[in-house]
Amino acid sequence: MNPQFRRRFASTAFIIGFFVVWELICLLFNVSDLVLPRPSQVLVTLWEKAPALWPHTVQTLYTTLVGFAFGILIGILLGVLIGSSRVAYDTAYPLLVGFASIPKVAVVPILVLWFGAGTVPAIITAAITCLFPIVVNVATGLATTEPELEDVMKTLRASELDILWNVGLPRTMPYFFASLKVAVTLAFVGTVISETVASNRGIGNVMMIASSSFDVPLVFAGLLILAVLGVGLYVAFSFIEVRVTGWATRKDDFALG
Amino acid sequence: MIIEKEPNLEPSTDEFVALEQVTLSYGRGDRQVKALAETSLKIGKGDFIALVGPSGCGKSTILKLVTGLLTASSGFVFIAGREVGAEPVRVGMAFQNPTLLPWISVRDNVMLPLKIVPPFRQQYRQKRKTEFRDRVEALLAQVGLKGFGDKYPWQLSGGMLQRASLCRALIHEPQLLMLDEPFGALDQFTREELWAIMQELWMTHKPTVLLVTHDLKEAGYLANRICVMQSRPGRIIDDTVVQFPRPRTIEMSYTPDFVTMTQRLRELIVAARPAKEAA
Repeated sequence: MNPQFRRRFASTAFIIGFFVVWELICLLFNVSDLVLPRPSQVLVTLWEKAPALWPHTVQTLYTTLVGFAFGILIGILLGVLIGSSRVAYDTAYPLLVGFASIPKVAVVPILVLWFGAGTVPAIITAAITCLFPIVVNVATGLATTEPELEDVMKTLRASELDILWNVGLPRTMPYFFASLKVAVTLAFVGTVISETVASNRGIGNVMMIASSSFDVPLVFAGLLILAVLGVGLYVAFSFIEVRVTGWATRKDDFALG
Repeated sequence: MIIEKEPNLEPSTDEFVALEQVTLSYGRGDRQVKALAETSLKIGKGDFIALVGPSGCGKSTILKLVTGLLTASSGFVFIAGREVGAEPVRVGMAFQNPTLLPWISVRDNVMLPLKIVPPFRQQYRQKRKTEFRDRVEALLAQVGLKGFGDKYPWQLSGGMLQRASLCRALIHEPQLLMLDEPFGALDQFTREELWAIMQELWMTHKPTVLLVTHDLKEAGYLANRICVMQSRPGRIIDDTVVQFPRPRTIEMSYTPDFVTMTQRLRELIVAARPAKEAA
């Protein structure tokens, strides 16, 4: 058994072990499924309600990804602006911090007022929830670019855009991807908040209705779906990260292409 | 007394770089520090000048003024008869750190100037996989890095990185080559090897070179002229022509004439070290 396989085996065993212990505790102390359903109950519910849950899962995933895409786009633009201009840094940072501190749940009603209930406010909530870490990391990456690297470009009479494109942005990629892993989970939070408050579709809405009818196993099934989606996207971005920023960790896979 | 002098705007064929009464000060008001006092320096086309002097005497400042990274507080910097920045002059620069971009291969690093500098810039898309690539490979081979184009910077040793950095400074056939202590961080043997390579590169490409160094042997080996600077404020106090024939060898640096020259320069520099702050 090689060490890598052993490590994988151990981590898988611990994850499965977590759910087994949960199951056993519920059985042992006879916990009511109204309080904490057993994992097996959750899985059974998931299986039985799958046809009904599927469209909601797709809706939540779609909303999150669209919101996340907007978040990335606006985040990079704002990050570049803040990271490369002193004035923008001084004005936009306080605004951004202030905005990030507002609970998004308080913003949703305003968005509903503007755009009506449904997908649009959910997309916007997802976007603004995941925006902050992206902006901060992109700005930090750009602001900490080594002056020597910029000097190399300046002696070649490169334009600001050349410098940004060839030095600033590639240099920022490790920071950017680190922020994406945080941001993608935040995007889910944003979507679900909005769906819970103001939508008749999506996992958030399903969980809201389920909890009002005390169908706790269904609530947990919803949570499980969200967790799996979150982990899935996290893994996807980790995969892209290794491909794009392998130079920062000096991965040999990266050097081999 | 300062004599106001009209700058000579006549393009000159033999003077490629000319500094006329250039000064540079940092800061404002009482805290103002004069990094460079009135300095004049003329460098002929295809010449090889070394700037030596104690730390903080403004050697690198002169390089930055000539490349336009810094702007003179007063005086004029001319390149090819025009004020610096007025005309696109191809400049190559190598620093003490190799400053290669870690996210692209050595080949792409060396090719970077071709991507940025006109007229290569316009041809970059068509030629990067053919003509430009061959050019990079040929230059890499000349410095002993044949077959390392696909490697990434972190996979190379310090000496190899510095060779690649020299290639990057030369790939776009610069008219002006600025070397800011490029061999300073290397071990003795790698350094001597790179001196030979540098001399060969200069003899084949004939750029105008301005080399900043702490090493008098290096200056004597490579340069046609050695300018000694003093610090606080920085100014050029001596200008020596190096007479040894080319190609020079390491053995040459042990001859009595060479030793006499470096000893004289050494004494000048020791004397030029910043005097104890006068009240």
